[in-house]
Amino acid sequence: MTDLSLRNIDKHYGAFHAVKDVSFDIPSGEFVVLVGASGCGKSTLLRCIAGLEEITSGEIVLGDRSIARLAPRDRNVAMVFQSYALYPYLSVRENIAFGLRARKTPEAEIEKQVAWAAEVLDIADYLERFPRELSGGQRQRVAIGRAIVRDADLYLFDEPLSNLDAKLRDGMREEIKRLHEKLGKTFIYVTHDQIEAMTLAQRIILLRDGKIEQQGPPLDLFERPNNTYVAAFLGSPPMNFVDVTVADGAVTLPDGQTIPGCTMAPGQYTWGVRSEHFAASADGPLSVKLDVIQPTGSRSYGTFYIGDAHMVAELDAHATDHSNMQLSVAMDRTLFFDPKSGQAVQT
Amino acid sequence: MIRWDRGWRLYLRAALAIFITAIFLFPVYWLASISVKSPDEIYAYPPVWFPSELRLSSYITLFRDGDAWTVWNSLVTAGVSTVFAMFIGTIAAYSLVRFKTGGDHLAIWIISQRMIPPICVAFPIFLLFVSWHWIDTRFGLIVLYTAFNVPYVTWMMRGYIQEIPLELEQSALVDGLSRWAVLRKVVFPMARAGLFATAVFTFIFAWNDFLFALILTKSEAVTYTVQVTGYFGSQSTFWSKIGALSMLGVLPMMVVVATMQRFIVRGVSMGAVKG
Repeated sequence: MTDLSLRNIDKHYGAFHAVKDVSFDIPSGEFVVLVGASGCGKSTLLRCIAGLEEITSGEIVLGDRSIARLAPRDRNVAMVFQSYALYPYLSVRENIAFGLRARKTPEAEIEKQVAWAAEVLDIADYLERFPRELSGGQRQRVAIGRAIVRDADLYLFDEPLSNLDAKLRDGMREEIKRLHEKLGKTFIYVTHDQIEAMTLAQRIILLRDGKIEQQGPPLDLFERPNNTYVAAFLGSPPMNFVDVTVADGAVTLPDGQTIPGCTMAPGQYTWGVRSEHFAASADGPLSVKLDVIQPTGSRSYGTFYIGDAHMVAELDAHATDHSNMQLSVAMDRTLFFDPKSGQAVQT
Repeated sequence: MIRWDRGWRLYLRAALAIFITAIFLFPVYWLASISVKSPDEIYAYPPVWFPSELRLSSYITLFRDGDAWTVWNSLVTAGVSTVFAMFIGTIAAYSLVRFKTGGDHLAIWIISQRMIPPICVAFPIFLLFVSWHWIDTRFGLIVLYTAFNVPYVTWMMRGYIQEIPLELEQSALVDGLSRWAVLRKVVFPMARAGLFATAVFTFIFAWNDFLFALILTKSEAVTYTVQVTGYFGSQSTFWSKIGALSMLGVLPMMVVVATMQRFIVRGVSMGAVKG
């Protein structure tokens, strides 16, 4: 079993500082998702771990080996790329066997491993085909197969599902999670999609501008975000924010409405409420006029404004009434942030 | 009606293709026919379109006198220099593309070497060859043709390599290949059509060289292009031998182009490395 440790990783591209003093440890067997907006440095970090980018400073330790200065092939990692990176001139079988052949694995072992991967990924019928004859989903399976046949210490996934359509993505997500449970290996997965991050990760590392914004189990980040950035990044629709004043155990909104049941110390806050923490209730303290209702089938999202703040509330699937309605708020689930720094403020 | 129209167009196209092919092939045919004609038939007016008999005496003479050996010289110098130029040029192109060697301008500088009119450097090269004792050696010609073709190969291969998705190489690096192995197992197969097309043109350039072979060879390393001119005399011109040796010079090219045709067509059209 091999643990990974990143210590004070910095990566510069000329004047651009892509990764800033990033440190974290990943115990063997963990499924970690690096998530963040485009350009946050998550893919760069993954490529640094793979050895495809040289780090400017810092240390990468895999087990008891320092791998930061090793060539990619000497790091014993396997990687799945966003574009699948399948060799068009090789059959599916040869694509999967490619890494094993590169490492001079005995032929009998190659055959065994390829057959195993094909069965796990349900691509046994396509082994003699060429990548151009496969669908996107099948290609991605082959790409994953090429990685898992290797007995690597780390399995890296660089946005592997972002080229797939939404439906296929859901299915593949489930398969990747099942695969991790089956293999018990260390997976590091890069995505910009917070749903992928939430559903797959045992631990999320959320990056922003090359720095770790927050890390921890998905529900921890979701329920106890350190700041408004993390709170807004995770969750769909994103968390609602509105600047409020707290006094006498009640939240006063910009439009003058007050909502009781607040345990925060008096002061100015940015109030964070997730859409699902609103509920239609005849005696609810919040009176709103719905602007747009977006049904999704299982539920509908109603948008409204409090002052200038655009808010979204989760409503009954059949909600159609645009007139004024009363909403209750699950006060104990709402969050308060410092309006200047955006940092979470504990009760 | 539509069917008839389609059929008619097809015949017209075929006829046009045959006509154009005939125009291009006629000089080759004429060369071949001269090589087997009797002197009377060669000078006859109106021209004799079809030789009365196949006289192979010119070919026999070329082989008996050793003149056919010049074709071998051409084959060796063009062939070996093509291999060298392809190797050096492809490695250089890979370095330009993947390691950004020389920034943005080195590639332009390299191809600009190809723009120098050969005659401008003929004299300095002659002096160098004299001082290095490379005159009249196949080795000298091989080095020269290699040097002249490396810029062309570099430029062409640069384009083909640029089209190879970087992730394919990176995936191979992570999978356990060295850079050289990546070149062999990913870059070469991906750029195969481009490699063959470039090699064919490189070979043709060296094969067709007349200027340097004329200046830098005397007897041992004379190529067929120079040898052919030896049959033009002030007193008489040996048309039959010219035809025969030219045919010997044309045949290898026809074989090369015919066998590589698939790659040449793909290589010169864009998207050559797409799977």
